[in-house]
Amino acid sequence: MALVRLRGPLRTLAGGRTDHPIEGGTVRELLRELERSQPAMSGWILDERGRVRRHINVFVNGEYGTSETPVGPDDRIDVLPAISGGWSG
Amino acid sequence: MTELLVGTRKGLFVLEGEPGSSFDVTTRAFEGEPVEYVMRDSRTGRLLASVTSAFYGPKIWCADDASSDWRQAEGVALPDGGDAALERIWVIVAAEDDRTLYAGGDPGVLFESRDGGESWRLNRSLWEHPTRPDWQAGGGGLCLHSIVPWPGDPNRLALAISAVGVWLTDDGGVTWRHGNQGLVPRYMPDESYEDTIDLCVHDLHRAPKRPERMFMQFHGGVYRSDDAGESWTDIGAGLPSDFGFPMVVDPGDPDSAYVIPLRSDGDRVTAEGRVKVYETRDAGARWTERGDGLPQQDAYLTILRQAFDRAGEGSALELYFGATSGDLFGSGDAGATWFTAAGHLPPVYSVRVSP
Repeated sequence: MALVRLRGPLRTLAGGRTDHPIEGGTVRELLRELERSQPAMSGWILDERGRVRRHINVFVNGEYGTSETPVGPDDRIDVLPAISGGWSG
Repeated sequence: MTELLVGTRKGLFVLEGEPGSSFDVTTRAFEGEPVEYVMRDSRTGRLLASVTSAFYGPKIWCADDASSDWRQAEGVALPDGGDAALERIWVIVAAEDDRTLYAGGDPGVLFESRDGGESWRLNRSLWEHPTRPDWQAGGGGLCLHSIVPWPGDPNRLALAISAVGVWLTDDGGVTWRHGNQGLVPRYMPDESYEDTIDLCVHDLHRAPKRPERMFMQFHGGVYRSDDAGESWTDIGAGLPSDFGFPMVVDPGDPDSAYVIPLRSDGDRVTAEGRVKVYETRDAGARWTERGDGLPQQDAYLTILRQAFDRAGEGSALELYFGATSGDLFGSGDAGATWFTAAGHLPPVYSVRVSP
């Protein structure tokens, strides 16, 4: 199984756990399964269209990934809020 | 003691004070997060807050006390698998029955809650309205920002969406129809006035003591309706500018309305560096300048659509508004005189007076 790693509020919503072993063939499949197994996270990473929210970055083994990035059982996926310097907020 | 719920770019600020003197910040919540709107439901005392995290999307949160734990409400989302995502919740309003709440958001959506705000469901008839493919967003998105109940009749409701005009229902939201006759969108070609639905309403209010009387701040124009929002008459003559965002009414006087004019569409600040509220007490025939105590020199403020509210009525009407400068102003005498309730807050998105 791939390993999804969470930090900050996402980790809190996921019961305080950082590491979540999940089966799936793409980043989207992993994140959908993560939100299904952790209902408090529903809508926090993926929007209703199934897209990773604009200001969340997903890294697959340290490289930028997208919803469509394929993943294998030995891959590590980090889900992190983007660095948003310059955003008006 | 008056309690103000102030949504800002950097969280919720709860302030308490007496009219005429500065208010104290008693609680801060959602630190660092954009808080678009906060209201206290007078029927339950519960607080409801709209928060749009830049990272995690829009949510509604509930709490019985601002300093206690906030609970995320369920169901605040569009149907999965479509081609749209919920962008923001603009407004939350108590209905005229004893339990329903409404929330309006972007993209032009209405949610209903029957359990005090803990869970929500989408109003499908507005979501699936056959004209929706033609709806155009305004600069702030396709925002459903005004929800106006009819006192004593939970089935009658008016909505305003920027930029899709006024919507009316007489059956509790099962069916919807436009109420736009008479609105003049000066930002469109003249020949398009009659047929367009690209109508950028900025704020919508009803006179509680005469519910068929409504007032509207439009994107260039201030209007009154005497037939429950079916048709509109321009009442902007006499104002220095008919562009602005928020308005309020005195619930004790159906001929009253207050607006805060901004210089123009292209220069959305108070004109000439002077902050002025304008009041009518004759349904828009005349407007009276109300600026005593407000900044009158080098004050170029922007007041957003949800950042003006009131409490009480008549001569005891309290008025409060906040600006993106972080200034918060109040009046305890129906606008005759003003005081600074707070300064140095983050940019103010919304101001609501607790009932």
